Amino acid sequence: MKEFFIYLAILVGSTYLVRALPFALMRKKITNRFIRSFLYYIPYTVLAAMTFPGAIFATGNIVAASAGLAAGGILALQGKGLTLVAFVSCLVSLILDLVMIYAI
Amino acid sequence: MSDFSRGFRAGIPIGIGYLSVSFTFGIMAVSYGFSWWQAVIISMLTLTSAGQLAGITVMVHPGQYLEMLLSQLTINIRYSFMSVSLSQKVSSAFSGLKRWLLAFFMTDEIFAVASAEKTVEPKFFLGLAVAPYFGWALGTLGGSVLGNVLPEVLMNSLCLAIYGMFLAIIAPKARASRAILMVIGVAILLHILLCYLPFFKTISPGIAVSVSAVLAALLGAWLFPHEEEEDEI
Repeated sequence: MKEFFIYLAILVGSTYLVRALPFALMRKKITNRFIRSFLYYIPYTVLAAMTFPGAIFATGNIVAASAGLAAGGILALQGKGLTLVAFVSCLVSLILDLVMIYAI
Repeated sequence: MSDFSRGFRAGIPIGIGYLSVSFTFGIMAVSYGFSWWQAVIISMLTLTSAGQLAGITVMVHPGQYLEMLLSQLTINIRYSFMSVSLSQKVSSAFSGLKRWLLAFFMTDEIFAVASAEKTVEPKFFLGLAVAPYFGWALGTLGGSVLGNVLPEVLMNSLCLAIYGMFLAIIAPKARASRAILMVIGVAILLHILLCYLPFFKTISPGIAVSVSAVLAALLGAWLFPHEEEEDEI
């Protein structure tokens, strides 16, 4: 149990400082165009790299997961909200997963 | 409408999304041997998906404190970039103390929604964080207590929820901007190379994500410098 709290302290402390230090200390406007462009792109590249290829293997059924992601992707391209896209991705993957388990 | 209520409303879809995603985390934590209150405490004090998952994976082995620190730093370093990025858009009402307190709530989705604001007010940011925070905590509680009641095939599909959220954030931007589309494509390509090329395969997953994201964003900044809009005053 003591070990759990040591681990927890490292987990919580490092996660918090990674977020808070730059936010609290960066008080000036960055004027450098290159850095501003880099900061503009970084959230999208992080999310993209976290999603692919990992998401395809997330459910243990590559075909069902890909179909779910494709369905979610189409809705996302049309600008639908976070919740709807997440829900449809899960639903399509679930249906296909069930079909592959019971019907094939 | 006040900034707080406007933020609160904007946060509801994120909160619902988090509810289902953290449900999965609760289930995984219990299956790793943690009790429900440990899972909930981790969620309420950390508020991060990939980091928590990596965290409990390390925790099941005794004494790997350095490993814990290093994996958390590499997985979460994206928050630093987001914090710097958002620090450029906050209003003058964002005092030092408010920055220290509210930075805790910097998640991918909260950042993405806050970034869409022209100027970020502290009350908007706080309102935005409410639903995701409690959604994350309640989902973890639900998953760790009820998780083993649900069929496995349903649980597996729920793992897609978090990626669906990511798609909803990046896809509309990729459609609107060819530069973002290219940069995203490069990030994914690099990540696939790092995951599958024999020489790079041994790199830890968190580092692979960070390296691909940073290289792609650097390339984007070099090839397609972002033209500033009205926010450059």
